[in-house]
Amino acid sequence: MSREQKRSLLLIAAAAVLLIGLHFVPVTGWLKLVLYLIPYLLVGGETLVDACKGIYNRQPFDENLLMAVATIGAMVLGDYPEAVSVMLFYQIGELFESYAVGRSRKNIGDLMDIRPDYANVETADGVTRVKPEQVAVGDTIVVKPGERVPLDGTVLTGTSALNMSALTGESAPVDVTEGSAVVSGSVNLSGVLRLRVEKVYAESTVARILELVENSSLKKAHTERFITKFARVYTPSVCGAALALAILPPVVRLIMGIPADWGEWVYRALTFLVISCPCALVISIPLSFFGGIGGASARGILIKGSSYLEMLAKTDRVVFDKTGTLTRGTFAVTAVHPAQPELSEQALLRLAAAAEQFSDHPVSQSLRRAAGELPADLVTTDAKELAGHGVTAQVGGRAVAAGNTKLMDTLGLTVPAVDETGTVIHVAADGAYLGYIVISDEPKTGSREAVARLRADGVRVVMLTGDRKSAADAVAEELGIAEVHSELLPEDKVTQVERLLGEGAPGKYLAFVGDGINDAPVLARADLGAAMGGIGSDAAIEAADIVLMDDDPRKLSLAMRISRKTMRLVWQNIVFALAVKAVCLVLGALGIANMWVAIFADVGVMVLCVLNAARALNTKHL
Amino acid sequence: MEKTYKIEVDCANCAATIERHVAKLKCVKEVTVSYVAQKMLVEYAPGVDEAEAKAEILKTALKVEPDFRFED
Repeated sequence: MSREQKRSLLLIAAAAVLLIGLHFVPVTGWLKLVLYLIPYLLVGGETLVDACKGIYNRQPFDENLLMAVATIGAMVLGDYPEAVSVMLFYQIGELFESYAVGRSRKNIGDLMDIRPDYANVETADGVTRVKPEQVAVGDTIVVKPGERVPLDGTVLTGTSALNMSALTGESAPVDVTEGSAVVSGSVNLSGVLRLRVEKVYAESTVARILELVENSSLKKAHTERFITKFARVYTPSVCGAALALAILPPVVRLIMGIPADWGEWVYRALTFLVISCPCALVISIPLSFFGGIGGASARGILIKGSSYLEMLAKTDRVVFDKTGTLTRGTFAVTAVHPAQPELSEQALLRLAAAAEQFSDHPVSQSLRRAAGELPADLVTTDAKELAGHGVTAQVGGRAVAAGNTKLMDTLGLTVPAVDETGTVIHVAADGAYLGYIVISDEPKTGSREAVARLRADGVRVVMLTGDRKSAADAVAEELGIAEVHSELLPEDKVTQVERLLGEGAPGKYLAFVGDGINDAPVLARADLGAAMGGIGSDAAIEAADIVLMDDDPRKLSLAMRISRKTMRLVWQNIVFALAVKAVCLVLGALGIANMWVAIFADVGVMVLCVLNAARALNTKHL
Repeated sequence: MEKTYKIEVDCANCAATIERHVAKLKCVKEVTVSYVAQKMLVEYAPGVDEAEAKAEILKTALKVEPDFRFED
């Protein structure tokens, strides 16, 4: 609790004690008024002053005025305890509001627990501990196990594993060694690392992410803007209605020749005023958005504004750029076909990997990864790389050739027809054909599930790619995507997205998901641009509306579910608050609801709405 | 010119009121005030001196919400 809040709590407590005490004091008349004025002014003095200031500045229609008028009115009518109670509960509500918001802000801060407190800088006289803001580019910093990396840098010495879960939501540690780029906000798990600082604190990943999340609530959603506008019309209207309620019925009664009963009608009008306070809406809606964005960022999803969160909830078309989002963008062995029955898949793979072991070609690297540790008898000598063909080498005493059809042709070997997609590597040894290995761009582990989840949520999933049609169709089928557009040039992707933009229902949006590297035009063209693997890529963070910090495509469907949940909470609050208020307003006007009901309709509804809004922070089980 | 300021503002309604009034200033092209973030995003009109304009914003905001404050 802040100092302000503590002071307010103290005043409330004092007023409450006085109020209860006065209940047992048998006084009447002026003395009673004076005695009740003490707790009233204690707890409501500030409200009265603010209401006067509002009138003075010709901005009278706010909560302060509502409360001031309602309670002064009750005082005039002689309902002293009621007047004090209304003010008391109003202040309790205000206190709760500020406390709840403070808590939410803190919770989000904790979720985004990435802010480093200090950096250990190496200087001539040893290591000193300074604020991250004071470290310059080129300085050397030391990060011990258990410490948070304070600034973006490159490893000079040391090896370690880093926990990046606060940034990406992914808990598997990442290994780093000399030369690796290290992102601020990650936690060093095992070894001591010496880093060369590459960016000052303000430009480092941590500072950028924190700023992005905090500023997100400045990009307000339509719903928020609508409520602000609504409150502007609503408050004066309600004041007018209350005034009418206080004056018209008594006047009509006078005309009809029955007693006016002014007291009753003024009381009803005051009740009306207390009920009408729009604070439940005005506070709970931005709080829900803030919670949703905070909850998402804790899972490694940065949403740059409430407006984007709102659009994401209404997205019905998701367009994926294949490479780097649904597939890894690196190559892997997907099939091994020995041509001779006595030859095992592993033996064929090892032979090819051994032959290619000195090559840097991505294909060779993927073969080596798939083959694993090679047995000691597979000694490779005489390796020759034939550009555009493959390699030949002596492996364990055999003349091995591994490469494409052209290479086999030069050896006079015929190869079987292959109808699998991807790159095919044929293997021959001592003039005999041994079989082939297929290498293709691997779908990510989560891709299939991501597509299934999106489709289950009623989203149309489209895949765009520059790949050949056969390869693209194969990937799409594996992932369960019905709509694929292949063999596209970068500019064709923009055209495709423009066409798809025109195909949505009104009020629905299209999201494009790319790797953020060379698809900036498409990201900008789509209603919502989402970039994947945002860690360390400034361009992606800059260009996109939504940044998925790690490489998992399931995060997009998670982001959509978070946004839908947030919007559900927002609408629950709007409907609940307005419904309760509408019912109470009618009851108040009819004289059925008294001041206590009014207090519930104001403070109670606000508290419930704020508590409901806080649920947006919780992104588990989505 | 766009600037984001850390501010102190007491309630959601106050934020909305400040936003409405600051938006009317000539030196301000667009402004958003967020209560939850306690921040103000101002897009100044072209050719405006920031220090002067900021002082004007403060004056306007204080008029409608006496508890308003710039934090930096």
